[in-house]
Amino acid sequence: MFKILQYSFYDLVRSRWSYVYFLFYLVLGFALLFLNNSVSKSIITLMNIIIVLTPMIGTIFGIMYFYSSREFTELLLAQPIKRTTIFLGQYFGVSFSLALSLILGLGIPFTVYGLWESSEVINFGLLLASGTFLTFIFVAISVNIALLHDNRIKGFGYAILIWLSLAVIYDGLFLISLMVFEDYPLDKFSLVATMLNPIDLSRILILLKLDISALLGYTGAVFQKFFGTNMGILTSFLILLTWSTVPVLLIKRIANKKDF
Amino acid sequence: MIEINKLNKKFGRVKVLEDVSLKIDKSGVFAILGPNGSGKTTLIKSILGMVIPQRGVIKINGDIISNQWLYRKSINYLPQIARFPDNLKVAELIRMITNLRGQKSNDKELIRLFKLEPFLDKKLGNLSGGTKQKVNLVLTFMFDSPILILDEPTTGLDPVSLIHLKELIKKEKEEGKTILITTHIMDFVEVIADEIVFLLEGNIYFEGTVDNLKKNSGKNSLEEAIATILTEENV
Repeated sequence: MFKILQYSFYDLVRSRWSYVYFLFYLVLGFALLFLNNSVSKSIITLMNIIIVLTPMIGTIFGIMYFYSSREFTELLLAQPIKRTTIFLGQYFGVSFSLALSLILGLGIPFTVYGLWESSEVINFGLLLASGTFLTFIFVAISVNIALLHDNRIKGFGYAILIWLSLAVIYDGLFLISLMVFEDYPLDKFSLVATMLNPIDLSRILILLKLDISALLGYTGAVFQKFFGTNMGILTSFLILLTWSTVPVLLIKRIANKKDF
Repeated sequence: MIEINKLNKKFGRVKVLEDVSLKIDKSGVFAILGPNGSGKTTLIKSILGMVIPQRGVIKINGDIISNQWLYRKSINYLPQIARFPDNLKVAELIRMITNLRGQKSNDKELIRLFKLEPFLDKKLGNLSGGTKQKVNLVLTFMFDSPILILDEPTTGLDPVSLIHLKELIKKEKEEGKTILITTHIMDFVEVIADEIVFLLEGNIYFEGTVDNLKKNSGKNSLEEAIATILTEENV
């Protein structure tokens, strides 16, 4: 699998889009630090961007790479290589190269600014970790869609739709349900609803770590009570892990049944 | 040795292969013929494990191939359409496949034969169809494997390369290899094939030598013999 991973990784690393993605984070990192003049404020701004952007880029890159490398895949399928090796190798290749753009792109400006001397190292690490998790999750989801749909337009449409529903529509429905049922106790409901969506879960994890949960009011207190404990952190981590492993297992399953 | 037993494959509701059984236990050139959509490529891709049949068993050298992959070490495959990653260079692609298979390859000799030296540093996306097909041929013939499967090898080749291709196939045959070829060019079949497997609507309609097929249909040329079968069957 390592050979395939290597080829996919280099293939993407050499492509123009990975540089654009890397440069985007680099410029963003420097610009935010310059404008805010504070590491912690920059992290808060970055959070809002990363939470929405990494899933989107993961989705688009994932689906684009798998459709455009179909020839390569067919070539590999006729070689003495296990099927799951081919697909998992490509999946990890894409995910690693995207995660690398994110980590280096933001890591460089923050290191230059003196992140390591500040107290925000853990928060920054958490930010990058959630970005990496989200990248892996959404690349895996888009690979599944690419395997299920040979029609590129359809596949692209579904992938964007899934991103949109988890990043935007889910929150909308969540807020509407909070308003409709405001007469009932909703703390448990909102806790569960937040944990089921990887994007919301990452956002809350970072917000709570940044100690600005007072902004969230009473629910914030409930969240703080839950996520502040080791149990809460462990549960959230397990949920993110589930979100990133289940689609990978599905890739294996679908790939083994597909005709090429 | 290739052994296929009651192979069935449907794509959606379309039956492509129906109870196809075939046994190839000797060396030589076997031409798989049949009209468009008769299931030639599906049959080949099933042998390679790229298409997964609903029912039936395929054995290569005595072992059942479902969910296996190491057996592909003994097969060289030439796909019907030469499609490669566009941003790779020819030399990189050859190096990559050699590296992935971990087998000895005689790519240098083949590159010289097909005069591909000037293209080694070019990206595959910038090559013409014929040149891509030559790269395809190099990738297929560069390993020494007992089974060769060629899906329409003549597509887009110029006459000189076609002669080289015939020589290559002849050489492999002399080395005692089993070669499966699909093609629509009957002259090519007459020159190189030892036996014919004729597929019609997902069934094997005829299996035997070229001479037998001619005798059966009472025609002098293979092209006419095939045409007779097809008109009789109203395909």
